[in-house]
Amino acid sequence: MTAAAPKASGSVTRDSLANFVRKYLIVFIFLGMCVLLAVFSPNNSFLKPQNMINVVRQISVIGLLALGVMLCIIAMGIDLSLGSVLGFSAVVTASLVQQQGWKEALYPGLSLPAFVAILAGLGVGITLGAVNGGLIAAFKIPPFIATLGMMTMARGFAYIYSNGRPVSTLVPEFLWLGGGDILGIPVPIIIFGIVILLTHLMLNYTRFGRHVYAIGGNETAARVSGVNLGQTKVLIYTFSGLMAGLGGVVLTARVQSATPALGMGYELDAIASAVIGGTSFAGGIGTVWGTVVGALIIGVMNNGLDLLNVSPFYQQVVKGVIIIVAIIIDERKNR
Amino acid sequence: MGDEVLLRMTGISKAFPGVQALDDVHLDVEAGTVHALMGENGAGKSTLMKVLAGIYRADSGTIFLGGAEVHVPDSSTALRLGIAMIHQELSPVPAMTVAENMFLGREPVNRFRLVDKRVMVAQSQAVFDKWSIDINPRRVMKTLSVAQMQMVEIAKAISTDARLIIMDEPTSAITEREVEHLHRMIRSLRESGVAIIYITHKMDEVFKIADFVTVFRDGRHVATLPAAELDRQKLITLMVGRELTHLFPKEDVPIGEVVMSVRGLTRRGVISDISFDLRRGEILGLAGLMGAGRTEVLEAIFGVTKVDSGEVVINGKTIHIKSPADAIEAGMGLLTEDRKLTGIMGVLSVRDNMTIANLNRFSPGGILRKRQMDAACKAQRDALAIKTPSLAQLIKNLSGGNQQKVLVSRWLLTLPDVLMIDEPTRGIDVGAKSEIHRLMSGLAKEGKAILMVSSEMPEILGMSDRVLVMAGGRITAEFSRAEVTQEKVLEAATLVAPAA
Repeated sequence: MTAAAPKASGSVTRDSLANFVRKYLIVFIFLGMCVLLAVFSPNNSFLKPQNMINVVRQISVIGLLALGVMLCIIAMGIDLSLGSVLGFSAVVTASLVQQQGWKEALYPGLSLPAFVAILAGLGVGITLGAVNGGLIAAFKIPPFIATLGMMTMARGFAYIYSNGRPVSTLVPEFLWLGGGDILGIPVPIIIFGIVILLTHLMLNYTRFGRHVYAIGGNETAARVSGVNLGQTKVLIYTFSGLMAGLGGVVLTARVQSATPALGMGYELDAIASAVIGGTSFAGGIGTVWGTVVGALIIGVMNNGLDLLNVSPFYQQVVKGVIIIVAIIIDERKNR
Repeated sequence: MGDEVLLRMTGISKAFPGVQALDDVHLDVEAGTVHALMGENGAGKSTLMKVLAGIYRADSGTIFLGGAEVHVPDSSTALRLGIAMIHQELSPVPAMTVAENMFLGREPVNRFRLVDKRVMVAQSQAVFDKWSIDINPRRVMKTLSVAQMQMVEIAKAISTDARLIIMDEPTSAITEREVEHLHRMIRSLRESGVAIIYITHKMDEVFKIADFVTVFRDGRHVATLPAAELDRQKLITLMVGRELTHLFPKEDVPIGEVVMSVRGLTRRGVISDISFDLRRGEILGLAGLMGAGRTEVLEAIFGVTKVDSGEVVINGKTIHIKSPADAIEAGMGLLTEDRKLTGIMGVLSVRDNMTIANLNRFSPGGILRKRQMDAACKAQRDALAIKTPSLAQLIKNLSGGNQQKVLVSRWLLTLPDVLMIDEPTRGIDVGAKSEIHRLMSGLAKEGKAILMVSSEMPEILGMSDRVLVMAGGRITAEFSRAEVTQEKVLEAATLVAPAA
């Protein structure tokens, strides 16, 4: 025993170093990508403050959706309807803040304060999310199927509502949400930052948050421990819907108009962000910070491949490879 | 009857974490005989048969079939050798037809290499006709009754030309008439030279159908005798003939007032008219064989499953429990039987696992008081001597005994009056076992009322102030600590009660 002791303590430090690297692997990968881009991007364009801000601005919408779907995945579910709910929220929001007198406006005479439109957009997200959760909780429909149905329906709602046309010419007060800044920091980034913080607090410092992890960790055990499965699931999907609604509001303000096709396919980037960030499809595992880094990786990757003049066709392949590699690493980590 | 030894298993040992399931076991089975395996829960019968059928791999030992040594690494090898096992939990594909299930994995094909359904149906029909089984092979499996599925499984075994058919509790879910039919089939199989190994808890059946009986106890072979030389009393003695060397330390504490009364609890087809009182400071043992309905009683009381009738009174108040949340609110805790399946949340921390059932206490308004929670968890860890590097450790990295202690903590932190514990020491090592027992004893001393389900006779006898025995979904006997014996418990547990 005594002879083995020093050897053991030596291997403990090596183990803890290995653990440290493994735990923050995703951060190292992210930093590595940044270093590579800093070195190889033409004219050092990657490190220019304007470019960095652009990256974060671009991921702020995907990041919101990623936080929403992360909750679903932790609880062994999924939300495929995010992009479509975003689209519906976007056209509803935009229709309420079109400039008065614009002849092609959906409601030409209408003049509402911007916050009403924002609440309407969030309301769309909350409502459709609650419907998702209700279907999953009450009828025991697999989340994949329930949200797949909602994905198609919400997209349809967006087209019906907007008659299939772009909803544009919006009032400047509203556009501030997408283009404005506070102390030089773009508003979408501030919104994303606040949501990150609140989501982190919600998951770690509220009863609801622990219930989410418990359901993913072992649904039966959670039930026997008194967790109200139905209620918790409805809340999870409502939160996810709220994120999509908020994403619709922010994105509309950023691109200054809404089309019914807005956000198509965004759910896939959101799922990829969560998964690259270490959220486990086996349930019970996932952190806000991981998901944010996952979203940053997706954003930096898109940006970097542009800066390096990689053809968009190749970009898709590279993105796919990175997602798969991330999962393989994750699998090995959990073994 | 043949006297040619068809199967010889010698020196078979198999250990699972925390338990020696089989210890140097031997078994001879002659062709053309029905050989019954008997023993209490966990005696090693099913484990031995799973080794033979290639589902488990033995740590040591040899198997001879028809005089030649064979290796059975997997179940397809077993089938090829002519060994077919019909499991207690049947494993058909419910969405496929009977014929498709009959030929699963060996589907006949036509000359285009496509599955030939007509041949499948015809051959299935032929087997059914020969054994007078009245089932249409075109029917979808899930539309059959359990008994019919059983028949299909048996027919399937026959149609693979098995020389040895293992039946694990084949009559646990079928009616009297169907049992008759099954026994007729077994007799004609025996005529044709097939050997049948028949695992059962029902003694009457053994005397009706078996030629030989082998009794196991605690993973060891006790005796093999011709059925004709046995009677019920002898058999019970062989099954329990254990010396109770390591009795458990339930201290004598004053038994207080009634905390929980269960009255006429019934869930159709599962449990029937369950009534008992549970008192402060008391450990009430619920004994019985597998499938007797013990776990189901706990689940019904705790609101995990719905009941058809009956009521639960706690501290003099009749309560309506619709969900486990209600039960916790009323002052109950349920430590479930299957730690992995319904107990731990493996990828979550020790802290999360400890607090999941009692978050209400620590979260007024839904916001967690982390410091209070941590203090409570640390106190539990120290009080129960839970060995974990930190509260942040994932629970799956702990030993079974320590996991169990974490789960006990989970319920203690809900401050229950009544703690129901299903198999308190299953799958944990001997040292941790006695720690859990000491812990339970201490809880009783503090005035908690404990309802304990256990399949381990020494645990039942050593820990309980009072023992209820269940069979067929009913309570068949009640014994005080002074009058209870292994024989009495087993006698009551093997009573053939009318189906609930």
